[in-house]
Amino acid sequence: MRGQIALPAPLAEFPWRVVIPLTLLVAFGAMVLHSAAGGSMSPYADSHLIRFAVFLVVALVMARFPEDFVRLMAIPAYIIILVLLMAVEAVGQLGGGSQRWLELGFMRLQPSELMKPGIVLIIAAFYHMLPVGMISSWRALLVPLGLIAMPMGLVLLQPDLGTSLAIGFGGVVVMFLAGVPDKWFIGGGIAAVILAPIAYFFGLQPYQQQRVLTFLDPASDPQGTGYHIIQSKIAIGSGGLSGKGFGEGSQSQLDYLPEPHTDFVFATMAEEWGLIGGLFVLLVFGIVLRWGLIIARDAQTRFARLLAGGMTATIFFYVAVNLMMVMGLAPVVGIPLPFMSHGGSSMMTNMICVGVLMMVERWNRQTSS
Amino acid sequence: MDRKLTSNSLKQTFDRRSFVIGSVQGGIGVLLAARMGYIAVAENEKYEMEAESNRVNLSLIPPRRGWILDRNGSPLASNRADFRVDVIPERVVDIDATVETLGELLEFSEPEKADLRDRMQDSAGFSAVAVANGLDYEKFAAVSVRIPELPGVIPQRGYSRFYPTGPSVGHLLGYVGTPSREEYDENPQPLLLTPGFKLGKDGIEKEFEQKLRGVPGARRVEVTASGRIVRDLETREDTQGDAVQLTIDGPLQDYAARRLGLESGSVVVMDCLSGDLLCMASMPSFDPNSFSDGIGRVEFGMLRDNERVPLRNKTLKGLYPPGSTVKPMHSMAFMHEGVSPSETIVCGGGRRIGNRFFNCWSNHGVVDMAKAVYQSCDSYYYHFAQQVGFDKVAAYARRFGLGQEFDLPVASQFYGTVPDPQWKLEKYGQEWQPYDTVNASIGQGYYLASPLQLAVMSARIATGRNVAPALIKSEQKRPFASLDFRDDEISYIRQAMSDVVNGPGTAGRARLPLENVLLAGKTGTAQVVSLRYSDGKSGPWQFRDHGLFVFFAPFDNPRYAGAVVIEHGGGSGAAYPVARDVMTFLLDPQKGLDALHALEEQWGGTAQERLDRQYQAYAAAAGVDLPPAPPPVTLAEQVDAEARAAYSGPEEADSTVFSPRDEANPRSEGAST
Repeated sequence: MRGQIALPAPLAEFPWRVVIPLTLLVAFGAMVLHSAAGGSMSPYADSHLIRFAVFLVVALVMARFPEDFVRLMAIPAYIIILVLLMAVEAVGQLGGGSQRWLELGFMRLQPSELMKPGIVLIIAAFYHMLPVGMISSWRALLVPLGLIAMPMGLVLLQPDLGTSLAIGFGGVVVMFLAGVPDKWFIGGGIAAVILAPIAYFFGLQPYQQQRVLTFLDPASDPQGTGYHIIQSKIAIGSGGLSGKGFGEGSQSQLDYLPEPHTDFVFATMAEEWGLIGGLFVLLVFGIVLRWGLIIARDAQTRFARLLAGGMTATIFFYVAVNLMMVMGLAPVVGIPLPFMSHGGSSMMTNMICVGVLMMVERWNRQTSS
Repeated sequence: MDRKLTSNSLKQTFDRRSFVIGSVQGGIGVLLAARMGYIAVAENEKYEMEAESNRVNLSLIPPRRGWILDRNGSPLASNRADFRVDVIPERVVDIDATVETLGELLEFSEPEKADLRDRMQDSAGFSAVAVANGLDYEKFAAVSVRIPELPGVIPQRGYSRFYPTGPSVGHLLGYVGTPSREEYDENPQPLLLTPGFKLGKDGIEKEFEQKLRGVPGARRVEVTASGRIVRDLETREDTQGDAVQLTIDGPLQDYAARRLGLESGSVVVMDCLSGDLLCMASMPSFDPNSFSDGIGRVEFGMLRDNERVPLRNKTLKGLYPPGSTVKPMHSMAFMHEGVSPSETIVCGGGRRIGNRFFNCWSNHGVVDMAKAVYQSCDSYYYHFAQQVGFDKVAAYARRFGLGQEFDLPVASQFYGTVPDPQWKLEKYGQEWQPYDTVNASIGQGYYLASPLQLAVMSARIATGRNVAPALIKSEQKRPFASLDFRDDEISYIRQAMSDVVNGPGTAGRARLPLENVLLAGKTGTAQVVSLRYSDGKSGPWQFRDHGLFVFFAPFDNPRYAGAVVIEHGGGSGAAYPVARDVMTFLLDPQKGLDALHALEEQWGGTAQERLDRQYQAYAAAAGVDLPPAPPPVTLAEQVDAEARAAYSGPEEADSTVFSPRDEANPRSEGAST
């Protein structure tokens, strides 16, 4: 490992490089949530910090799992999550409405969230098992596509376009990293361009179609769906270089900004902390994603490489789509900003991804030492 | 080896592709940073302004309306601080539920709820509809605490227009109300949509709207997205509108209106020297205080169903045959055309004109000009009008103000008719006949005049000058031009008119109960239907004769002149007691009031009290089954249109000969004392 400093082994092994930036980001997120709650720790900021603490412990525990065990668990985990997704659908059908979670009594489990790391795990495991020579074969393409298509379809039925796209993105990135020939991606890209309009007209719910239209021209419906994008841009734009000050953001304090604590938490932050706050958030995400890619590059086995690369891509997908959305570069899809938005599912998924990355980092250290 | 090589090549592919992904991620990161920089720095100003316009809500404060003052500076219309509730229909989610809740909180009756619902549905949507004003604090507070569940409802402290003398000034001043859709379209200012803003709908309030309006204040407040006010940022006080001072004498106006009592009629009194109108009372009337919130269906039903047309300003828009009140003026015309006052005729209960005999109301024997005036002998006027020619007499009538419109700040005035041969030819295509002269010579036939015109005529007779009425007080004295009558001509008529009251005339009971002032006047009875239908004194109200009286005082040095018209009063006897009491009040208020209080006791309260009772009774009888009131503009137009139709004269030329009735000893003589 690079930059080895003489520290006691447990301390040296502790993943400081990710825990420190993440803690800073989550603390910053808690400040923003404090402000979004009108200057109060409850109900957002306190639970945000508690969840981070809980899931950090979960991640650190996960980091101790051995590689063989994880690889072995890939298929059962995938099947269990798939069954849970079907159960959600069944409960939804019986309950006479769409539902995204299972009520477990002590918590609401959203299986689609678990599928985001789950899909990366199963596809990484598949390519690990696939003989190297077969990478250009149809099997190397069709089996992962099937593995991706099943959960995507189930999640689309909920309907939850954002999560469905996140699952697809994670799976496809792993396929790309696994070395599936370029021609499939080029072909797939062309097919997507052709299928997009068809999907738009037949695949999307009317409210989702409206969101796409509004994204193309927010001014067309300033009081309706365009309202989110317009108010978000006003919040970010009025923040300026250094922001209006902690607790002084009029857009979020006076309820002009919709969802100031979840999907539009970045706009809430930008209004009060300005461009400087925004660059800090981008920097932390940059550090975390770079850390993830370095782990992937340093990984010794094909499974570990693909796993780390896929997890990094999943986190990246959240960050990129959310930020593009709040800045008016993408349609409004319900995707929260990792480590800042208030919400247990998003924190759980992202901390699982971080936990997996810590785990791979540990495997790397074990093999190198 | 093969496998290892391939595995290595896959590792290379992975490295290459993870580099691509890393680059894409970095690229998107840079893109996001650039985008954010662009929004937050380059477009900062624009978005800061938009955030500001989100946060800050500018609301106008309706200006306090300028007062309307009488000639002595006492308010005829002022403002009263009150608690009020308005509603903006566009922001209301469920109109029916809102009306129900408000009705419950404010204790509305069913017709009131129906009115509110209508007004909310018919409004321009974005403009405010008045729900109630003049609320006590408890009701105001009760609405205020329910605001979260009543979107669009705005309780506020404000001012409402207050007319201390209520119905007495209704026609003169008009009333104020919420701007209508038409008024907003004509003049789309945000002020017109401000809750609590009222503009003048009629009378002086409408004519002097711009002067009375004032400049609105403004309040900048910080609001949440749902419209809740977080705090005040800045407030600019409103500037009250300018006052308008009228020539009206407030107490006299109120006295005259109240003195009309149960009758339907009008009183006009003016200052002969300055032309100032001291009083323009028209009854029955409406209470402008209760019109401010829009006219309710009960109120409208009551006003519409009243055959005495309480919505018409009778001083300007009531037209009546002037009857004998034109006789002094005709006498002056005869004098100027060379008839000596001492020239006499013999009235044998009438007189032959051409080949026909025309009746007089009595047998007066030998009649000179003075006797013709104070005894109101018809024969005298038949004879000399025929001798002089009525086209010449008509020209004098116009010089004395009949058939004329005056330069006054009023919405409309009717100018009536002074008939002459040319007019008849144009209107009916028929030649002027001797009986037309006979009818017109005693103020009947096609002759029509308004009470204002009669008052002006009386002032011009009294002074011999071209007195013009004025409603707005001004300091400049305008000496009026002479009408070219000699002093002896003028004093001859003054004396004759004094004799009507103080001598052997037809209105002995009009004598002022004062030591040193003598009233001069002339009675008139205007026939509504011919003798065949009614004797003019009893029977159905609408068939009774109009009673008229024109007057001035003191008779030898006239200072005040005026006219009283009592619609269907049964003859002049209904009119001159009113004139007497009004003049008594003007000269000795206490004496006048004593007379009024005695009468009001008989009638059952002041005009305001009687109107309130009438309203209660009508509301109780009618219940909810009333059509909603039309908007005020239409209402005024309807009233005008009906009035015009009623006074446009018969379709066919009238060929009947007028049969005069008793001038003296009229019906109400006994009742009014």
